[in-house]
Amino acid sequence: MKEAILYLQDGTAFHGRTLTQTGETIGEAVFNTALTGYQEVLTDPSYTAQIVIMTYPLIGNYGINDEDQESDAIHVKGFVVKEFSRRPSNWRSKQSIIEYLDENKILAIEGVDTRALTRHLRLAGAMKAIISTEDFDPKSLQAKLDAAPSMEGADLVKDVSTQKKYVWKAKGPRRYKIAAIDCGIKWNILRIFAGLGCEIHVFPAKTSFKDIMAIKPDGLFLSNGPGDPAVVTYVIDTVKQALGKVPIFGICLGNQILGLALGGSTYKLKFGHHGINHPVKDFENNRIGITSQNHGFCVDINSLNLDEVEVIHVNLNDQSVEGIRHKKYPAFSIQYHPESAPGPHDSKYLFEKFISMIEQHKK
Amino acid sequence: MPKRNDIKKILIIGAGPIVIGQACEFDYSGSQACKALKEEGYEVVLVNSNPATIMTDPGIADATYVEPLTPEFIEKIIKKERPDALLPTLGGQTGLNLAMKLYEQGILEKYGIEMLGAKYEVIKKAEDRAEFKAVSIKIGLDLPKSVFAYSVEEAITQVESIGFPCIIRASFTLGGTGGGIARNMDEFERIAALGIESSMIHEILIEESIEGWKEYELEVMRDRADNVVIVCSIENLDPMGVHTGDSITVAPAQTLTDAEYQLMRDYSIKLIREIGVETGGSNIQFAVNPTNGRMVIIEMNPRVSRSSALASKATGFPIAKFAAKLAVGYTLDEIQNDITKETPACFEPTIDYVVVKIPRFTFEKFPEAKDILGIQMKSVGETMAIGRNFKEALQKGLRGLEIDHIGLDNKQDFRYIEDEKIKLRLMEPNASRIFYLKYALQKGYSIEEVVKLSKIDVWFIDQIAQILEIEEELNSAVSLTETVSPALLRKAKENGFSDAQLAEIMNKSEKDIRQMRKELGIVATFKLVDTCAAEFEAYTPYYYSTYETEDEAIINNKKRASKKKKIMILGGGPNRIGQGIEFDYCCCHASFALKEMGFETIMINSNPETVSTDYDTSDRLYFEPLTFEDVMNVYDVEKPDGVIVQFGGQTPLNLARRLHQAGVPIIGTSVDSIDLAENRELFSKLINELKIAQPANASTTSKEETLIQAERVGYPVLVRPSYVLGGRAMRIVYDEESLRSFLDEVHSVSRGHPVLIDKFLEDAQEVDVDAICDGQDVYIGGVMEHIENAGIHSGDSACVLPPYTLREDIVNEIKAHTVRLAKTLKVIGLLNIQFAVKGHRVYVLEVNPRASRTSPFVSKAIGVSLPKIAAQIMAGKTLKDFQLPNPDDLKYFCVKESVLPFSRFSGVDIILGPEMKSTGEVMGTANTFGAAFAKAQAAANQSLPQRGTVFISVNDFDKRHVSFIAQKLADLKFKILATKGTAQVLRTNGVEVAIVDKHHEGQNNALTLLKKSEINLIINTPSGKKSQSDMRSIRAAAILHNIPCITTLQGAWAAVYGIEACLKEEFTVESLQSLYRSNLPAGRQA
Repeated sequence: MKEAILYLQDGTAFHGRTLTQTGETIGEAVFNTALTGYQEVLTDPSYTAQIVIMTYPLIGNYGINDEDQESDAIHVKGFVVKEFSRRPSNWRSKQSIIEYLDENKILAIEGVDTRALTRHLRLAGAMKAIISTEDFDPKSLQAKLDAAPSMEGADLVKDVSTQKKYVWKAKGPRRYKIAAIDCGIKWNILRIFAGLGCEIHVFPAKTSFKDIMAIKPDGLFLSNGPGDPAVVTYVIDTVKQALGKVPIFGICLGNQILGLALGGSTYKLKFGHHGINHPVKDFENNRIGITSQNHGFCVDINSLNLDEVEVIHVNLNDQSVEGIRHKKYPAFSIQYHPESAPGPHDSKYLFEKFISMIEQHKK
Repeated sequence: MPKRNDIKKILIIGAGPIVIGQACEFDYSGSQACKALKEEGYEVVLVNSNPATIMTDPGIADATYVEPLTPEFIEKIIKKERPDALLPTLGGQTGLNLAMKLYEQGILEKYGIEMLGAKYEVIKKAEDRAEFKAVSIKIGLDLPKSVFAYSVEEAITQVESIGFPCIIRASFTLGGTGGGIARNMDEFERIAALGIESSMIHEILIEESIEGWKEYELEVMRDRADNVVIVCSIENLDPMGVHTGDSITVAPAQTLTDAEYQLMRDYSIKLIREIGVETGGSNIQFAVNPTNGRMVIIEMNPRVSRSSALASKATGFPIAKFAAKLAVGYTLDEIQNDITKETPACFEPTIDYVVVKIPRFTFEKFPEAKDILGIQMKSVGETMAIGRNFKEALQKGLRGLEIDHIGLDNKQDFRYIEDEKIKLRLMEPNASRIFYLKYALQKGYSIEEVVKLSKIDVWFIDQIAQILEIEEELNSAVSLTETVSPALLRKAKENGFSDAQLAEIMNKSEKDIRQMRKELGIVATFKLVDTCAAEFEAYTPYYYSTYETEDEAIINNKKRASKKKKIMILGGGPNRIGQGIEFDYCCCHASFALKEMGFETIMINSNPETVSTDYDTSDRLYFEPLTFEDVMNVYDVEKPDGVIVQFGGQTPLNLARRLHQAGVPIIGTSVDSIDLAENRELFSKLINELKIAQPANASTTSKEETLIQAERVGYPVLVRPSYVLGGRAMRIVYDEESLRSFLDEVHSVSRGHPVLIDKFLEDAQEVDVDAICDGQDVYIGGVMEHIENAGIHSGDSACVLPPYTLREDIVNEIKAHTVRLAKTLKVIGLLNIQFAVKGHRVYVLEVNPRASRTSPFVSKAIGVSLPKIAAQIMAGKTLKDFQLPNPDDLKYFCVKESVLPFSRFSGVDIILGPEMKSTGEVMGTANTFGAAFAKAQAAANQSLPQRGTVFISVNDFDKRHVSFIAQKLADLKFKILATKGTAQVLRTNGVEVAIVDKHHEGQNNALTLLKKSEINLIINTPSGKKSQSDMRSIRAAAILHNIPCITTLQGAWAAVYGIEACLKEEFTVESLQSLYRSNLPAGRQA
């Protein structure tokens, strides 16, 4: 056990301790309010370059299992909790979270007043932070933070996207072929598509439109991913070319990219949406779903050309855009995570909606 | 969707008296619902027989009926009020069952009343086990294997397919009545018979046992646009096999992965849709096999419940309030979240703390009953604690239980507990198992062994092991260095160790520890309960303490910078027999009154069932245990101008002296006066000085002295340890031998306090008085004449207001004594005095300078809230500031009857005595005593028969007197049966009577007739020390068959009056509002 400091860019410091790894890590501090799903959070590529603070104080209770991975690695830069469970209990558990974080060399600290930290981030906004077990000098920590890149303007997609194209097989007979642009795709998206009879061809983010279309996909999927969408111009360009040619469905970063491709702009939320309890209204069926959310950027509703684009989902907490569709072309996208993992399954129907869009387009 | 305009008037049925399985939580939910509907402009008609509720305050509904909860009475109310709709889902199982009966009897159709929230078919689908099973299977949910049976014979054939052990559940009962676990055919037959008997539709479910599986609950809400949210998940520490109400439970669920939790959520949503609960809350229970994750559904309650009250308090999401709004047509997105103000109620609360609920048992009241837990609920109350980790919440909860534990402590020395006992206590769920888990670990059992024995999840056992590790760390630090490091001290506090625990470990006083940690800056910090884990700004000041770096109470108080004076009210903690909803009623009223006067009110309480822990009740709510340490922590942050200790029952009163010494400004009656009234010797002296009669008495500290003093006072004597509430361990003894055995027994109860001895006044009438004094003047709210003689605990006896047999000069003498005592004791606030009247002589039994159990009853009866007036007086007003009605002018009679939990404790005799056993009360109001008494009996589910057979068997002493009663009953066309001895006396006095045996030999015995429902009323007075085994089984059978069984002669007389009234007149119903109008035209203030 070693003392640790979490130092924020605005000079606020919180204290905790690390149970295993020591050293230093820098990232954008964001808080997640989900009561369950820490394993999915840790492995979600959208958390690249972020230090995640869990607001629920007891983390690790049910251990780590083989099935609930959202990618093949831990992506968070650092992990901050009130208390890690040393003794997990669940029939699927394979190891404790402490062992898991240690094995993956993630600097994780506990004993932090995570509620005070969360309140601070809510009031001051998400910001850069450094966790250190070595350096406790505010000046030196500040200097390190100042030198670190900011989230705005950061292209993190290139770091997490697959290097090589791969194919995720359909469960049962293949009914559709989907091309997915991997900006940091979560595996549950692939699992759900596969369950719907889709064979998913997962492409590196920088793949050209021509190369993607070479496989003759039935639909194009834009994945979730980390960082500032505005700088992922290579994907935005691909989407511009694809519009009207192939049905498009985007999730999270995919939503922002579709928005940008349609001429809109994005902005950074004060502290983002990271949790699994956000109410979102779907204006197409007038239903409210409780949704899984993980985004720091958002499509600006005022930037959209409402003759072409329609806002189809809105967050009822802050009225922000949660989904858009093109009025003419078969293209829609969702800011939250219908694939859940973690989170409620209320919005799984959106995958089916994409499938019927594909069916429609085939006719 | 906006609210409905096609309905104007809505009827709400309350839950009736507090019973095991149905406590204050329905007062909380009902009050919320009434307020919510009134807010929306609907006219609310409320019926509830329980006068000790906030919901029956005349300001809560538009028309409030304190009338029996039976279809007959409700129909009368419906006829009078003609409501458009009925909201059946807020009055617990009682309200739901009643709504079902009203539907089945065609009453709802007759008067064109719509059921809101859940229709008849929906409730039936959810409640009827056969239909529920079919629905669950239809939507693909897994259930334990099960079969139904409608007779014992059928059950015996059916059980083969299930095997043993199996669970028997009776349909349509509350709190698991009529159920049990059978491990063999003998047990099975017995439980099956009981279950079929107690089920409203004579249906039992025989189920595969899933004992030992993990148990979960989800609180679900749905609106009419079909939006569904999960408000809270709850995981039980005690695995399947223990009723949820008796389990230690934790929110949120701890050991479910997101995948499993979401599956459970999906199932819940599917179920609420398929069952068709249109709007409102439901509670759905699941079990999970710990070895393979198989998830089965257990049951669903299509209404607000004890768990929904807990979920509301645990999350800050007011389920009942929203359920009421949804019922009238709103959708979840149209309702604002009260706490965040800017976000809608259509979301799922997320929390950043751990909530632990611990049940409170009162097995000590029923020494014949074992403290073993099963699927029938036995706890009478609960406490909830909030912490930043489980260990902290658990330890806070344990000290908040007020059962003399100061945390997960070492009340017993593990070294002296035998292995045999440890194993048994772990294997067989029981009231003290949580402590034995620790004792086992202390004795060296491994975590795995404890898990294997108790079947409790390893995560929980490991948490307990962690508490033990910290304790050992503290112990070794103390033995090495005679102190502990600041870091370790902080760690101990973060994990819930109380100052008292630390004092024990460190061989210091609690005061020393407090001072030490304050000097080190280790102080409690307060965090908000805000539904959203700080994601949004919260406006509702609902706090809990923990040991962290930031204190939001301080931040928010500073931000608000209120200039108002602050008054802090200490609540009553968990419900128990002797201290329940009555005191919460008083605390709430104090808060309401002081708020009106312009004070800021601060409530501290630990009982999640109550209205006082609704964040709407006071300006600030601190959900904390009521211990010196926890109260002082709040005090240090708030620094209130006054603290009220006299409304929460014995709990805060016990803290008064220490708080006073710590400089806390206690307002109202001084701590010295409280002590004077509680101290037998001083009090006795005072009474003598005032020349008021009192039974000869003594206070002793040794066995020998007690025996000598008892001789002096003269047998029979009433003995008890001092400082007890609800007559705990109080007994009437007739000779030295019984006194000796009593003293041996109570040794553990008295814990250093003296033993009190009073001459027992046989055959004396008991009278209770509730009054208010401002130091100068005294207002007598009510003189209540007890139905039963002195010797029966006042909390258990029925009483009537105004007195119906007491002579006027006696009443006047009682009033005069009350005034003198109040002034002499310098009472500021409430005062309750118990008197006994024997041969026209008035004796003072005891004086309580605090809110009494009868305060709400008197308040309801006379239409003046006594605690409300008292609180204002404590805050500086005088009685002259109020225009109070003269309760002597009352033009009607109000009868309070108590409700007893005997059916829950098999093997317990139902005889009343000086130890209080009732859990709740009802009120009957009418123009004659007889009618009021009959109504009270009906409300207490002991409806008096109007024809049929009365079985009489009384002790020798009562035989002479019973003749008059028997004759009267014979005149009223009842057939009289009696046992030989009683019959002889009756015949001598000219009463026509048939002789029956008690229960042996032949068909013509009382027990057989009782079982065949050929007896409609029993009058049976117990005889002294003689073996009572015969009558005992008859009384037990009476309970089982719900035949009124009267065990005192006075009760029998009252019953005769009641029966006469039933035969003579058609009962009418009257709302409190109209009663008060007709009787008390003078300008009432309260």
